[in-house]
Amino acid sequence: MAGYGSMLPTQTHSAITFENVRLGFDEGDILRGVSFCVRQRETLILLGETGTGKTLTLKLAAGLLRPDSGSVEVLGHKISELPEEQLLAFRRKIGFVFQEGALFDSIPVADNVAYRLHEDRVASEEIEPRVREVLRFVELEHAIDLLPSELSGGMRRRVSIARALINQPPIVLYDSPTAGLDPLTSQTIITLILRLRDVYGVTALLATHRLQDGFALANFQFDPHSGRVVHNSQNGNAAAAANVARTRFLVYRNGEVYFEGEPEEIANSNDPYLKLFLE
Amino acid sequence: MADTPLQVTGSQTKHEQTISVLDVLGGAMKRSVAAVQDYAELSFRGITNLATKPYYFQDTLDQMDDIGVGSLPIILLSGFFIGGVMVLQTGAQFVRFGQTSLTGDVVSLALVRELGPAITGLLTAGRCSSGMASELGSMLVTEQVDAMRAMGTDPSRKLVTPRLLATLLMVPLLTGMMVFVGLLGGCVASVFSLRLSAVEFWRRSINALEFADLMQGLMKSLVFGFILATVGCYKGLTVRGGTQGVGRATTQSVVISSVLIIVADLFLTKLSLYLANKIF
Repeated sequence: MAGYGSMLPTQTHSAITFENVRLGFDEGDILRGVSFCVRQRETLILLGETGTGKTLTLKLAAGLLRPDSGSVEVLGHKISELPEEQLLAFRRKIGFVFQEGALFDSIPVADNVAYRLHEDRVASEEIEPRVREVLRFVELEHAIDLLPSELSGGMRRRVSIARALINQPPIVLYDSPTAGLDPLTSQTIITLILRLRDVYGVTALLATHRLQDGFALANFQFDPHSGRVVHNSQNGNAAAAANVARTRFLVYRNGEVYFEGEPEEIANSNDPYLKLFLE
Repeated sequence: MADTPLQVTGSQTKHEQTISVLDVLGGAMKRSVAAVQDYAELSFRGITNLATKPYYFQDTLDQMDDIGVGSLPIILLSGFFIGGVMVLQTGAQFVRFGQTSLTGDVVSLALVRELGPAITGLLTAGRCSSGMASELGSMLVTEQVDAMRAMGTDPSRKLVTPRLLATLLMVPLLTGMMVFVGLLGGCVASVFSLRLSAVEFWRRSINALEFADLMQGLMKSLVFGFILATVGCYKGLTVRGGTQGVGRATTQSVVISSVLIIVADLFLTKLSLYLANKIF
């Protein structure tokens, strides 16, 4: 994970920008002119009910889908206009954690995590230490030889996070990383995301329908010196000024951005729709 | 969306409030044309990927093992009994004219030109085309294909090309094995049923064959291999509707590839006979 050091962004310019993005299928438009941006080192929590287009937004950000109209810009590249061949190369800069893990079920954990390294023809003697390092980061080094079918739901998500980290991407996209997990396992996953953000300065777009995940990321930080999760007293502009990671919220409703703002704003809001998430 | 690979391009039509019969027929036609276009594009990419790096040798070897070695038992077993049945059926007719020695000629020609490639194609389609559709379909619905793309891998290169190449290499070899074992089965049947000499049967079987016959068999087996691999991969990578969709795609891949093999057989036979007259 040493490679992350050189990637820590010092500026606060945009890492991901959506401009008036529309996307529809047979059943009609899912995203209806969505615009937002994620600044570098920022974590944007994407909230919304099921079917509001959270996963589609992540797939658009990774270039797995193209918008019907509008533009998607990631790390300065207009990926909505890149041809597939260039997108394949570009996607190596992005880590994607799928909702159910999307691990390759016929190969062991080690090969799943090392997939990108195998694709890049990295020397085999270099692969194992790197795989062990990321698996140690997600505390699953002991599962290196297991098959995905032998792992629990939470372990699969952690392997998926390890797989996304193997080549140290500056951006990680999380698709409902705690969905369907028990509270304790959810907490483990959130702590992992905190560590990744605070130790390696990863920019993140995290789709979820659980507001508590967003508040956990906004209110806590990982202290690399003590190795513990501590309460975070700074967010918003104070965080930006102090150059620590900040967390913002984006709420979708009926395919449009309904709310965009700081954790305090959503926590103190009297809006009935936002209160649905608070309750 | 339309140029995103492996997606059916005809799926972007907007929902209409009032739907007429013409709209329904028009929509169905557009989807069919789009499906053919997507199939042709996927097949084309499956082939053209061979011209550029990266190559997936290990995946190709794994597929060759699965398609070639894995299909060997059913091909050998079927071939032996088909050869035997051919001898019994044709021999029964030749007995009436006292020309049982011609049995070897007929069985050999039928196996090399027609039955070998066709039966091998159909059996391999039943076993491998369905396997490809269900494997790739399961990968698609569990987002493994998306995960692959998200990690910078072209699924047509990693999943389609190795399967297509392995099938193109293995189906002709399997056809050769089936023909040989079919003749062996025919030989056993002719010895025990028609009281022919085994040496005579083999001599007539081999002498009856010309180079054009071998070419006809080879060409057919290559085309049938291409059909079963591309149909299986296409149906797998265009699955819609979760696990139920995977089941549907599996069935459709066998049905479509089998029908296409039978239809293609007619045209290939005509082409082969034409070429045999012109060239050989």
